[in-house]
Amino acid sequence: MKGLAPITAAVAALAAVPLVVQSNTALNFLVMTLLIALAGQGWNVLGGYGGQYSFGHAAFFGTGVYVTAILQVHYGVNAWFSFAAGIAGGAAVGALIGALTFRVGLRGSYFALVTLAFAEVLRIIASVAPITGAGVGILIKLDLRVAAFQFQSRAVFYWIILALVSISLLIAQAIERSRFGAWLIAVRENEDAAKALGVNVGRVKLGAMIVSAAITAAAGCFYAQYFLFVDSGIAYGTRTSIEALLTPIIGGVGTVFGPLLGALAVNALSEGAKLVAGDAPGLSLIVYGCVLVLVIAFAPRGLIGLVEMARLRVARSTTREAAHG
Amino acid sequence: MFSLVILITAVLNGLLTGAVYALVALGLTLIYGVLHIINFAHGALLSAALFAAFFAFKLLGLDPYLAALLLAPAFFVLGYALQRLVIGPVSHGNDRNMLLVTLGLSVVIENFLLYAFRADTRTIDVPYAFQTIDLGFTFLPIPRLIGFVVVFAVALALWVFMRFTDVGKAIRAVAKEKLGAQLVGIDVAHVYAMTFGLGTACVAIAACLLIPTFYVNPTVGEAFVLIAFTIVVLGGMGSVPGALIGGLLIGVVESLSGLFFGESLGQLGIFLIFIAVLLVKPTGLFGAKA
Repeated sequence: MKGLAPITAAVAALAAVPLVVQSNTALNFLVMTLLIALAGQGWNVLGGYGGQYSFGHAAFFGTGVYVTAILQVHYGVNAWFSFAAGIAGGAAVGALIGALTFRVGLRGSYFALVTLAFAEVLRIIASVAPITGAGVGILIKLDLRVAAFQFQSRAVFYWIILALVSISLLIAQAIERSRFGAWLIAVRENEDAAKALGVNVGRVKLGAMIVSAAITAAAGCFYAQYFLFVDSGIAYGTRTSIEALLTPIIGGVGTVFGPLLGALAVNALSEGAKLVAGDAPGLSLIVYGCVLVLVIAFAPRGLIGLVEMARLRVARSTTREAAHG
Repeated sequence: MFSLVILITAVLNGLLTGAVYALVALGLTLIYGVLHIINFAHGALLSAALFAAFFAFKLLGLDPYLAALLLAPAFFVLGYALQRLVIGPVSHGNDRNMLLVTLGLSVVIENFLLYAFRADTRTIDVPYAFQTIDLGFTFLPIPRLIGFVVVFAVALALWVFMRFTDVGKAIRAVAKEKLGAQLVGIDVAHVYAMTFGLGTACVAIAACLLIPTFYVNPTVGEAFVLIAFTIVVLGGMGSVPGALIGGLLIGVVESLSGLFFGESLGQLGIFLIFIAVLLVKPTGLFGAKA
């Protein structure tokens, strides 16, 4: 199929990394990068293509985390099945929030606010409910078997998260080229005009919300399997919501590769900040906040926008030279 | 009879707490009414103001009520500068960007406070912190009574300002019809920044009223601002009387649900009200239209 080349090339290059790099620290860095790229791609589907800025994507991430952990620990369900159930659970929460909010036509500030509130409600519930381990959290038992979705080697985890990211890239590209995507972008550009042209706005937004929630929930499921420990602050905390929106905005909002690029930039920056100023509480989030403001100020279309602009400038100067020479 | 006294005490206490909530919400609703965006940095600014009031007392020995006279103008200038120099120019007039910028600012401010002062919770000791007034059947804490009076004085002053001064009229004009206001020569960027400054000054006064009986840590503002969001939505976005009545109402609801269901569920109750109002009547009790 035409247009698959960039995705194939990027994924193939990334897949080869563990063959060259053996360092656990480096692999861990890449796993975390891909993890937030995945969460960010979820946000990008709804926020980037649909223009619905959610400030509470932790609601979906955390649901993925908890469903995966709770099914295994409390009900003895197989890890792979729990993983799938976690994605479904996140999608269900997305469908519920979407159905409630889009039905009454909440958008803009209101939508941001209501998603934030839902994530907070879930966090408060998870921090007191017995089934989520309340303040203590849940520990998934160490069980290094493929059937338990646990692996001795980081490289395997890396390839799994890479596979999930590749699927999310394909989903983003499929959305970009589908009629559904055209509707979604129409809603982003002008909701009232889209409605007037016969786009079922509520349904399109709801569909995007469900896909978006499922992708971000998958990141949560992976988190639970990778770290084998979850608590309410990790699962439903604001940090996840911020990272999920930061990655596509830095990389290029409403683009296929934006979240991946953004995740690389965000993680590299926060590691850099740690090197410079030591690992102090709050430091990486200060960097995130500053970067968010700076990107909106100077590169509203993200890194991808900057690259395109540079390419255009080069092309223009070469044509000018050709004309004069 | 005994339970009635407890009930009345809870309602009175709720009203006193609610007044301070109302002041935080007043700042938020003022900004929303004019700029039509939710200021997500409001909570972080409240945390910052609480720290400012804390250090004014600890380092300068300044009584919080006196510090308000200093901090309100200081935070007005801070708010003005934030809007004029950061939020406005950075967001290129795009509402979605404005939301993101206020979110980014809140992350920066809150985590800077965390970085600088760590997550420790601090309190100050003022001699009148536990003084009460005897109503015959119950006692009311004096600092919170003062807070209640000050909030209504501030609200009245704000009303007079909006009603009778040229700047107030310009703010109302921009809120009603931005383009029209621009056409008759009103400097919209200036009005936006004035409004943001006023909203931030409200937060500073609220912080000074809170600190004698409350505590401060880097995330304390977040809890308040979610309550303030609820009040603003309940009272109607942009409505000043809505913020006041909504604030008192939420204060009473929190106090009563704390009485009946216990402390931890009081917060959850507020969120549920919040989501319910957004879903059933997003325009709130006094709002014109969404």
